[in-house]
Amino acid sequence: MTDPTDDAVGSAPRTLRVVLVDDHRLFRAGVRSEIGDRVDVVGEAGDVDEAVSVVHATHPDVVLLDVHLPGGGGRAVLDACATDLPDVRFLALSVSDAADDVIGVVRGGARGYVTKAISADDLVDAIRRVADGDAVFSPRLAGFVLDAFSSGTVVDEAEDALDALSPREREVMRLIARGYTYREVARDLVLSVKTVETHVSSVLRKLQLSNRHELAKWAAAHHVV
Amino acid sequence: MSHAISVPRRAYRARRGRVLGGVARGLSDHLGWNVGWVRAGFVVLGLSGFGLVLYAAYWAWLPLEDAVPGQETGGRDLAGVLGLGALALGVLLLLSANGIDLFSSWLTPIVLVGIGLAVIWRQSDDARRASLLSDVGASARVTTATALRRGGPRVLLGLALVFLGVLAALVGRVDLGASMRGLAAVLLAAAGLALVLLPWGLGWWRDLESERRARIRSEERAEVAAQVHDSVLQTLTLIQRASHDPDEVVRLARTEERALRSWLYAPSGDPDATFVAALEREIADVEASYPCQVDFVHVGDVARDDRVDSLVAAAREAVVNAAKHAGGSVSVYAECTDDQVEVFVRDRGQGFDVDAVPEDRLGLRESVHARMGRVGGSVRVRSAAGEGTEVALTLPVGVRSWT
Repeated sequence: MTDPTDDAVGSAPRTLRVVLVDDHRLFRAGVRSEIGDRVDVVGEAGDVDEAVSVVHATHPDVVLLDVHLPGGGGRAVLDACATDLPDVRFLALSVSDAADDVIGVVRGGARGYVTKAISADDLVDAIRRVADGDAVFSPRLAGFVLDAFSSGTVVDEAEDALDALSPREREVMRLIARGYTYREVARDLVLSVKTVETHVSSVLRKLQLSNRHELAKWAAAHHVV
Repeated sequence: MSHAISVPRRAYRARRGRVLGGVARGLSDHLGWNVGWVRAGFVVLGLSGFGLVLYAAYWAWLPLEDAVPGQETGGRDLAGVLGLGALALGVLLLLSANGIDLFSSWLTPIVLVGIGLAVIWRQSDDARRASLLSDVGASARVTTATALRRGGPRVLLGLALVFLGVLAALVGRVDLGASMRGLAAVLLAAAGLALVLLPWGLGWWRDLESERRARIRSEERAEVAAQVHDSVLQTLTLIQRASHDPDEVVRLARTEERALRSWLYAPSGDPDATFVAALEREIADVEASYPCQVDFVHVGDVARDDRVDSLVAAAREAVVNAAKHAGGSVSVYAECTDDQVEVFVRDRGQGFDVDAVPEDRLGLRESVHARMGRVGGSVRVRSAAGEGTEVALTLPVGVRSWT
């Protein structure tokens, strides 16, 4: 996994509090042993109800949320927590390649998406990034975004259109899809890392708020599943 | 049509080009005879009664031809039935003109009832076909209901014909008033009986449904079991044997993961037809041969042609190079736009000085550059020591002057 996250993000002095939500106990144990010395795993959950109560009880910084969960999927956890706990950040974790699953949780409020094959270092960086309020895009998610917004007309950068990516955002997404880290994207486009983060966050917002036909379709398909 | 299929030929009832049940058309397809002659034969034999029995037997035993999507028979069916009805009416009128009393004759009721039954049976035939067509999962019942609703007018027509036939048999033979009272009594009795039998009928229907669902479930389970046995269990055995070799274990696991994914999620398309699916196949092949993980992201797709095939081959070479010289994780990004197809192959290896290409990198220079050059594409290699390497392949499309 070559996530665009291996650059140190202002390595936060405090230890981040993390909740793991995944229905596979073995996977949770694996993640805990891999990242447990760098973040504080304050809780685990194996299904939707458990996850909702654990997240409410522990109030973590970041929830690592499996897309597929018994009891309604990761989307149900997001729906049950997003309004009560606006400062808890969610990072979706999945083995799924299906666009509708991924887009579903991102539209539900997750700040990013990484696949379960991600390395421990990349995962810790992604958690830090999400905790700082930034978005985490894997190459695959960037590919989905480019696909979903591909038929959109290119709009002027100053224009705040939800239904299309600005040329700059498109460039950033293409580089992320090619496997570039945020730092590499910044160097390639002669921008600061902070600006790249701003572009990615803006794309995330469009992904969550846009009413584009393809996105609506994906969301609908997700609810059916 | 059935004769286009080379596997053991069976006679079918035809779905298209049929007048009644498709028996004559099906037989003519099967035997290679002119359909007109087959029909004429049935009509001639039918005059003696034997043809009718034969036709009915064929109808009952011959399976309906397999459905071909998009070849639904439309309103022509109804038109055919109406035509037949008109023909029968004409015959009846002809008979009555020749002095045979329509209402006292035994012929009219039988013909009317016969036509009515034929219409209803044909309708149920079509409804069953519709439910068979969509016999996957729980949607079948809905579809049957839809088919019944669509065929409602035909069923009503059939019922009316049967009713008329029975009425014709009664009229002139029995005192009409008494027969009406009798009819009312029979209807009442039938309604009572239906009410009494309703619970059993419903229970029987539910049993049938649950049995059908259980059968579908067990078939699905058998399919999953076969898949698990053929692939996952085999791979797990191989992994246990190869436990001393981490690279081999990763390779086996990756290959199995790929196979499972393509089984669980629909594959991107036909590898022989589209660019993305073809590239995906090549990548899977490289992954199976080298200890590396390739992360493949793609946007858009194009149909394959000779130039696109060259791009796929060049991209494969680039991935092989990355896997051989860098290993680890390799990112492949393919994007198809209206005017070009681009492939980026990026590794995280040591990188190298592009201007001082060592001899062992000749593979890249020869196969990738040469392939892309022949089809009017371009190659850019970006690398620096410690930064990994990115090979960008660009193929303009839409301009076909090279081919």
